[in-house]
Amino acid sequence: MSTTTRAPGTAIGAPLDRIDGPQKVTGNARYAYEHHVEYPLYLFPVQSDIARGRVARMDASAAEALAGVIIVITHENAPRLTDTSDKELAILQSDEVAFRGQYIGAVVAETFEVARHAANLVEVSYAEEPHDATLRPDSDDLYTPNQLNAGLQTDTEEGDVDGALSSAAVKLDETYTTPMEHNNPMEPHTTIAVWEGGDLTLYDSTQGVHTVRRAVARIFGLDRNRVRVVAPHVGGGFGSKGLPHTNTILAALAAQMIEGRPVKFALTRQQMFSGVGYRTPTIQRIRLGADEDGHLTAISHDVIEQSAKIKEFAEQTAYATRTMYATESRRTTHRLAALDVPVPSWMRAPGEAPGMYALEAAMDEMAVRCNLDPIEFRIRNEPEVDAETGLPYSSRNLVACLRDGAERFGWEGRDPAPRARMEGRWLVGTGVAASMYPVFMMPGTKVRIRFECEGRYAVEVGAVDIGTGTWTALTQIAADALDVDIESIDLRIGDTNLPPASVAGGSSGITVWGSTIFEAARVFRERHGQSPSEGDTVEAGTPANPETENYSMHAFGAYFVEARVNEDTGEVRIPRMTGVFAVGRVINAKTARSQFIGGMTMGLSMALHEESLVDERFGHVINHDFAEYHIPTNADVGEIDVAWIDEKDPHVNPMGSKGIGEIGIVGSPAAVANAVYHATDVRVRDLPITPDKLVR
Amino acid sequence: VKPFSYMRAQDLGGAVAALAEAPNAAFLAGGTNLVDLMKLGVMEPEVLVDVRRLTSDSIEELPDGGVRIGASVTNSDLAADRTIRSRYPALSQALLAGASGQLRNLATTGGNLLQRTRCVYFYDTTTPCNKREPGSGCSAIEGHNKNHAILGASEHCVATHPSDMAVAMAALDAFVNVHGPDGERRVPIEELHRLPGDEPQRDTTLEHGELITAVDLPPLDFASNSKYRKVRERASYAFALVSVAAALAVQDGVVRDVRLALGEVAQKPWRATKAEEALRGEPANEANFRAAADIELEDADPLRDNAFKVPLARNVITRTLLELSEEQ
Repeated sequence: MSTTTRAPGTAIGAPLDRIDGPQKVTGNARYAYEHHVEYPLYLFPVQSDIARGRVARMDASAAEALAGVIIVITHENAPRLTDTSDKELAILQSDEVAFRGQYIGAVVAETFEVARHAANLVEVSYAEEPHDATLRPDSDDLYTPNQLNAGLQTDTEEGDVDGALSSAAVKLDETYTTPMEHNNPMEPHTTIAVWEGGDLTLYDSTQGVHTVRRAVARIFGLDRNRVRVVAPHVGGGFGSKGLPHTNTILAALAAQMIEGRPVKFALTRQQMFSGVGYRTPTIQRIRLGADEDGHLTAISHDVIEQSAKIKEFAEQTAYATRTMYATESRRTTHRLAALDVPVPSWMRAPGEAPGMYALEAAMDEMAVRCNLDPIEFRIRNEPEVDAETGLPYSSRNLVACLRDGAERFGWEGRDPAPRARMEGRWLVGTGVAASMYPVFMMPGTKVRIRFECEGRYAVEVGAVDIGTGTWTALTQIAADALDVDIESIDLRIGDTNLPPASVAGGSSGITVWGSTIFEAARVFRERHGQSPSEGDTVEAGTPANPETENYSMHAFGAYFVEARVNEDTGEVRIPRMTGVFAVGRVINAKTARSQFIGGMTMGLSMALHEESLVDERFGHVINHDFAEYHIPTNADVGEIDVAWIDEKDPHVNPMGSKGIGEIGIVGSPAAVANAVYHATDVRVRDLPITPDKLVR
Repeated sequence: VKPFSYMRAQDLGGAVAALAEAPNAAFLAGGTNLVDLMKLGVMEPEVLVDVRRLTSDSIEELPDGGVRIGASVTNSDLAADRTIRSRYPALSQALLAGASGQLRNLATTGGNLLQRTRCVYFYDTTTPCNKREPGSGCSAIEGHNKNHAILGASEHCVATHPSDMAVAMAALDAFVNVHGPDGERRVPIEELHRLPGDEPQRDTTLEHGELITAVDLPPLDFASNSKYRKVRERASYAFALVSVAAALAVQDGVVRDVRLALGEVAQKPWRATKAEEALRGEPANEANFRAAADIELEDADPLRDNAFKVPLARNVITRTLLELSEEQ
């Protein structure tokens, strides 16, 4: 056990067991669906069977006649929402259908089974219009968005890219594609909505209780104080729970119509494939130029990806390319196809994961063309400053990650020749790739610290633990910030009754909430000293970090993969992976290791398994269950070796940490793809790498 | 789920009679497939007749040297059975290659044979499907059809049968014992499943009310030299892209006898009789195995997404036979 008492000041970095672990393994941790409410009702949605057009008629008579049905909600009887500016969230406000699977109604009944059956009995006729739900590279209505997600520039250009590309000694021009993928946390999106006297309480499976509160208050025209959102435990959130989606709005809207009865709405696995976001498919053309010594002279990264007509989502796919390597000239572009589809959203490392797959696969191909070891090729193109901002890095230890990883993995002496090793019928190869992820800061967090009886400190912030270990990590941070042992900390999170917190997204949670805890602790000691009185309280906001103007802040990583590919069948197995990370200070060595293992596994999944198949005739994902949408089983995941270098970065925040939720996935798909190439001499540039693409 | 009634019959006759009275009734055994399909509205029986306790759950040796497997024997028990593992290893391997441990603990021998296709359009009630709703059209022919049939399909349906167990049983010349309104009958497994033709809604030749009571494996001296090879998109818990069940007897370097069946290439376990005929009496070598596979696959008619199944099936047939000839 690692929960033994530690001396004050040493909690950060310790491999502490999860403090919520016993609650979870004994079934006492309440997830959204499990909160106790009196006499709940159950909601099942009616979804559109067309991708574009209008609902002509909805006949709910058969559904309403069913025993146990309380109400059938359609756009005709649904209450008007106050703010309908967000077209995605403004559900049941008109007869318009913008994508297949859109909520066009709902049944609320005494049991889930009755609600589901009744929803099937609602007869809908449509005025259907032609739709376009397929991303195509040659589409003639691609457009240039004003900006990308997070306010990033759509296109960038420095130097004479075309000139450098045409005069380069070594050239590459290849197109890589990544498919649509769907977030599938173990706990599907779930809400219980309770209205009481004009006050709304939501037990919601979300990555940000205050984010949900803001959206719901705005949409329903409520004062924020009348909306409470509660999420003490969340069964996974990979981005899809980062922004509010229609399921939460639908539950709240239904409960509003049935004052006095709470409404429960948990999505089925199939429903996870429409309406709660997905990773946009991407088509990425990469052109590289290098001199005879393997120094890059040009990088061009042109992205075509998907958005929805109903609301723009512009993924920052080529963002990492802007800073990753040194080059004399560089161009990045993003073009969108606005389709009759659900709105894409965040999925673990949006931008970096698909973008770095393409860049790092291209870097591997280019290393071969330059006749250089892929590690050496990357080291030769290591930049001195961040090319995008011109700022020095607060710390950049990619080279250390590559070298440490090479040693751990046994890279030295690798024969670069592809298709040169075979064991039985299995071709064996190894691959490497690099990753980066920015250190994001988000506004809007406050922390309250109160000295309570028996020498205990209540530390309160509306942060959410989405399964990553936030309960434990923030307790560790609070203990060190207050210079007390962890047993003296009572952390309270996951509730809008607590001070506001930014979303658990962008790997920013610990950076933002942790910095604010440090600030609150500083103010607390300043005001109340080392011997406070019961009830002494302070509240503090996130302090500005002036260093962000002096330094570019990113985490880095290196991945090493062994792939085995069956010569007869094209089956790919990954017996071992190594990941080495430079992420500043690690708050909890145990939960951090889990995060990296999870991220690398999700990258393996992206490389080999995941693909949402849209049938263009119908406009929806047709492999919408776990029998057909594959994620790895235990048998697919071999040994995963995780390490991090001892990186001290005094500039990022008081903890010296950089955020680890997403970087694990970023370089993992390319490392797998590069290893498959080394095993087979076949470059599969279109993910996922499934047997049909390799069998001969 | 559409509301349904549930009953447990007292004996075989009662179960069969119960179905005969209700045209929209179904037998329930392990329920691992049927219950899923009911939740999704793909199948909507009004009456479920639980037959789990009506048929045998034991494995017995037959006087002729064969084995009788009760219809209620679970997939787990069958896979673990000592006799099956030593005398019919392909069957045990096929079972263990299917589903997950939890599902195998529930799924029965009879139910496994009668599981429905995994075609995504069959599962999605918002799309046309001739198997689910005859006459509505086949969405797979012009749609995503990577997992679909390359042999024996029709213009009405290109679905495949998903069972692993049935493929091994097809290679082993199993007989299916059936109890129906007209008494008992014994169906060669080759005649149990059918090709879609113009009745894709019918997966098997069983009539409404007929219940599988047992499966007989005839004695086959070389079945101990058999194996099952399943190729799938992940290492576990996925339906096959292509699978092969084979048994091989080689004498003095020559194929004395061979049994070969393919999975996930057609709406039924595909007994590769052409390849078998081509191999009997021929030298057991890679070139001949490959040539025999090519003969069997000559009739393959791939769709947009599944042309890879032809070389895949050829490679897996060749490799499996080669391994059996080397291991013998």
